[in-house]
Amino acid sequence: MGELRYEAPHTLQAAIALLAEAKGVTRVLAGGTDVIVQMETDLIEPELLVDIKKIPELRIITAENGGYRVGAAVTCMELMEHEGFCKTWPGVIDGVKLIGSIQVKGRATMTGNLCNGSPAADSVPALVAAGAAVTIIGPKGMRQVPVENIPVGPGKTSLAKGEVVTSFVFPPRAPHSGDAYQRFTPRTEMDIAVVGVGVNLTLDGSGTCTAARVSLGAVAPTVLLVKEAAAALIGSRVDDAALDKLAKAASAACRPIDDKRGTKEYRIKVAGVLAGRVAREALERARQR
Amino acid sequence: MASILEESGFDPHKKLKVVGTSPVKLDGFDKVTGRAKFGADLALPGMLVGKILRSPHPHAILKSIDTSRAEALPGVMAVVTRDDLPDQIQGSGDGDLTRNVMAREKVLYDGHAVAAVAATSESIAKEALKLIRVEYHKLPHVIDPVEAMRPGAPILHEYLRTEGIKGAGDKPTNVVERQEFAMGNIQAGFKQADVVIEREFKTNPIHQGYIEPQACVANYSEAGRVELWCCTQAHFGMRDNLSVILNIPKERICITASELGGAFGGKTIMYAEPVAILLSRKAKRPVRIVLTRSEVFRATGPVSGTHSRIKMGITRSGKFTAAEAEMVFQTGAFTGSMYYNAPQCMFTRYDLQNVKAVAYEVVSNRPKVNAFRAPGVPPVVFGVESVVDELAQAIGMDPIDLRLKNAATEGYVTVYGEALGPIGFVQTLEAAKNTEHYRAPLGPNQGRGVAAGFWWNRAGDTSGRLDIAADGSVHLTLGTIDIAGTRSSISMMAAEELGIPLDRVSAPAIANTDQLSYNRLTAGSRVTFSSGVIVVDAARKAIAEMRRRAAGIWHVSEEDVVYADGFCRVAKPSVGNFMPLSIADIVKQGGPISCESAMVVTGAGPGFGLHIVDVEADKETGAVKIVRYTVVEDAGKAINRRQVEGQYQGGAAQGTGWALNEEYIYGEDGRLQNASFLDYRMPVASDLPMIDTVIVEVPNPKHPYGLRGVGEVPVVPTLAAIANAVTKAIGVRPRELPMSPPRLLKLIEAAGKGKP
Amino acid sequence: MATRAQVTVTVNGELRQFPCEPQQTLLDVLRDELQLTGTKEGCATGDCGACSVILDGRLVDSCLVLAVEAQGKKVETIEGMAKGQQLHPLQRHILEQNGSQCGICTPGFLIAARALLERNPDPTETEVRYWLAGNLCRCTGYDKIIRSVLAAAKEMRGA
Repeated sequence: MGELRYEAPHTLQAAIALLAEAKGVTRVLAGGTDVIVQMETDLIEPELLVDIKKIPELRIITAENGGYRVGAAVTCMELMEHEGFCKTWPGVIDGVKLIGSIQVKGRATMTGNLCNGSPAADSVPALVAAGAAVTIIGPKGMRQVPVENIPVGPGKTSLAKGEVVTSFVFPPRAPHSGDAYQRFTPRTEMDIAVVGVGVNLTLDGSGTCTAARVSLGAVAPTVLLVKEAAAALIGSRVDDAALDKLAKAASAACRPIDDKRGTKEYRIKVAGVLAGRVAREALERARQR
Repeated sequence: MASILEESGFDPHKKLKVVGTSPVKLDGFDKVTGRAKFGADLALPGMLVGKILRSPHPHAILKSIDTSRAEALPGVMAVVTRDDLPDQIQGSGDGDLTRNVMAREKVLYDGHAVAAVAATSESIAKEALKLIRVEYHKLPHVIDPVEAMRPGAPILHEYLRTEGIKGAGDKPTNVVERQEFAMGNIQAGFKQADVVIEREFKTNPIHQGYIEPQACVANYSEAGRVELWCCTQAHFGMRDNLSVILNIPKERICITASELGGAFGGKTIMYAEPVAILLSRKAKRPVRIVLTRSEVFRATGPVSGTHSRIKMGITRSGKFTAAEAEMVFQTGAFTGSMYYNAPQCMFTRYDLQNVKAVAYEVVSNRPKVNAFRAPGVPPVVFGVESVVDELAQAIGMDPIDLRLKNAATEGYVTVYGEALGPIGFVQTLEAAKNTEHYRAPLGPNQGRGVAAGFWWNRAGDTSGRLDIAADGSVHLTLGTIDIAGTRSSISMMAAEELGIPLDRVSAPAIANTDQLSYNRLTAGSRVTFSSGVIVVDAARKAIAEMRRRAAGIWHVSEEDVVYADGFCRVAKPSVGNFMPLSIADIVKQGGPISCESAMVVTGAGPGFGLHIVDVEADKETGAVKIVRYTVVEDAGKAINRRQVEGQYQGGAAQGTGWALNEEYIYGEDGRLQNASFLDYRMPVASDLPMIDTVIVEVPNPKHPYGLRGVGEVPVVPTLAAIANAVTKAIGVRPRELPMSPPRLLKLIEAAGKGKP
Repeated sequence: MATRAQVTVTVNGELRQFPCEPQQTLLDVLRDELQLTGTKEGCATGDCGACSVILDGRLVDSCLVLAVEAQGKKVETIEGMAKGQQLHPLQRHILEQNGSQCGICTPGFLIAARALLERNPDPTETEVRYWLAGNLCRCTGYDKIIRSVLAAAKEMRGA
């Protein structure tokens, strides 16, 4: 085993250069709440850790182009303390709030939650439902990509060598929009999601749903953006009939596994149950804006 | 003066000043400031880090171990394998013990220790483990005990033959033993019944879940003395076992017990300690071994899973006529599950004359199990109290009334042949019935369950010392390790007996194994009872000594001297005009007083409990929430009331985890899949409500203060109480633990489809 | 032998310097290099909270922070909670209510609870329970810990 090297560059350029020339197992260190656990349990043996927390532009949340940009090193607690973001994207905050404990949230980031590639990551379905994108900078320059394009399989992302996520970009919020995220876990806290559902919807002045995005977590190798589930809502008044269709579409989209956290049938069933509950909550929030 | 064992001196009318209050515990300051030293908190100069290599296979022949590359790594100071442990006869108690510490012929579970290193840093130790080459020949494995009993199951021990079965035959088996406890005539009893219910239950294995991983520091000196610092419930027992396992005379082993960060029965035997001692002997330096959380789950002593069949009969008027049970306990790779408690305790609390309980202990490829609170009893009482609940429903009787109608009282002869002394089961039931909780209305999707429990409580070899120093302050040295606050309750009894304020008694020292004679382990809810007896006995000896000295000072006879509330006084004015002598006066004149007491304490009385639980179920997901919990139990006499409440609440919480979410999950490959707190799901603060307690006090007159142990009864009723509540909430009865959401949802859906 | 970095951290108001390997956590160095053993290891994976400390004013699990990441930062541990013999109200209430049985989880709970009360001096029982969900206790069933925190909060509000 090579020795572990820890670097904490102060600029993005330096970070990218380190990542691009690294040989061997390399990890970007933001909150470390996945990376350090994986090192402790001998799942990974990195030779290089690139700590991005000293890069100033990655630590801030800015209102931009009517929406928000959240730097990659912003912690869950910092995001939860940002009044404006919480008002605008309560569903994303629902997901962020469920990442581990208060202690874990004091360090963890949405970036790590996404790039760790767990199909059960709590912030990801809400990010996908929100239509958030990530900006990525690498040796070939910058690109912006919808969040749902990042996970490609359990533990795997579409990031190329040398690339690092620098921020999340949230679009402007249309009026009468609301989002929500719920997950099913056996305990009230501290569990990995057995099923996670994020719903984001927009109503017109008369209360008809004009846009919707429905995302499922922990029921497939990656997060799912379920168009059929959204279609069940669009054009409807989000009444019981629409919610019933939504639930069926959500269950139908699942491709889950049996594992120590839940069985296939359980996940399929509960995905449907949760989809209805989350949609109701998103609807309430949309009606209040 | 009669010995304290013959005449406890219990006086129900004595006005108590200290006992029965709730002072801050004497070891509390160090706990809230971080000063208290637990197993991993001791550092010695030159100390090395020890780490253990463990088998990744659940069952394999250990063909060869090549440690040469590890030994050559700079920074590695010692390596040990099975060759460093003296051989013990396979199949004997010591044979099992040494093989659990480190595998010899075979590895028998995922996590079984195979070798160990001591190095100058953790990273070097971890690197060294990777350099040890082990050759395994994999064998088929079996985990479930019922599977392990089937003919053709993989055999763990070729030498094992079942004890307790006539004509067991000469073929190797995984069934260690069968025990039966019976009285009366169950066939006749079932014939008398109007309703008979027979059900099967399954509980999955769990872990005690103590937050502190096992940790020890061993220092093998040039003089051949072993100094061991470790977190344990049983330092005297460990010393004796270490002596045999390592072939070192007892007198050369001194064990100091650290503060104990939770144990609940899981720290009664050795794990890494012999390994640390051997490494220290080879390295000629102190060695510390601290287990990781994953090692704790994989390789310490978790709790049995069980299968049971329970059958009970009742008349229409509500009298039990017979009770029968057959149970299988898994003991992991070696015997030691204490499963025999189950047939003896499971029905004991009811006035049953016809009982038959048969239990089997079976080995399988899991770590050797260890005790949990009331070992063996809660998982089968889950079945018993579920059947009792069904019987109550079948005849339309209130579940507490049914238990009252059948409650055992003083004089009842149990299935294990002893008559119960004064007991408080009836009083406990009545107190439960009268709680506001029991009468409170329920909300939608809620259900209420009750269940009762019994635990016999233990006593045994105990010793201790009471010293009165030159300034009159009182110092206790106890031989029993304090898991939860017992040293405070024991001090309270010393203060009460001496009639002095508690602040004159300093926080007791827990002796190392050189300083006192043998003490049985901290288990069986025995410590407050037994060390209480010892300390009261020592206090009475001190009082006798003070009276003797006062008599000498005053030149009167001892009968003319009385002692009360910290002073010796004349028995009556006619004796003489002498100023009372305080404790301080007496020791100032005659020197410090030191009184020891050592005996096989007897007279522990059983405890009973009745738990009331309200749950709320989400029928669409199978999730269950505890919304209200009341623990009603007989403590005999609560020495420190808040500590007794704490025991009740802790037991209820542990039972909640056991009932709802905790279980060992094995893959097809026989490896443990959830060896972390993330996926071994213990209750967190947001999972529980406040837990109300009612302390019933029906004294045990064999103890000077009437107390009964309270450490274990609190877990016994919880599983069934919650299951009975869930049954009412979802309309179908769970028979497998844990009642995790997927299991409950399956039951709910099956019931919805009309299946039973 | 792994190269060690020199790290300087302010711990409980005191500047401390120690060598450490890159993979060592803040928890490792607090206990092994600085002999501050009040912070406990229960799991090393961020699931039990026994290692809770305050890092630059933020409640964290010290097992999830590399020692090198703490360079130049302020760390507060249980050893800094009392002022000499003067216990913090949380410590006092835990004692009075018997919120500590075996005591291994107590430092973590105290650090976490103090962080809560600094942010929200009047939490509800539910808020306390959810804030402390990252601290495992196996002995108490949480009841007396929660009561202690609520009582300390009341006292600290002067209510």
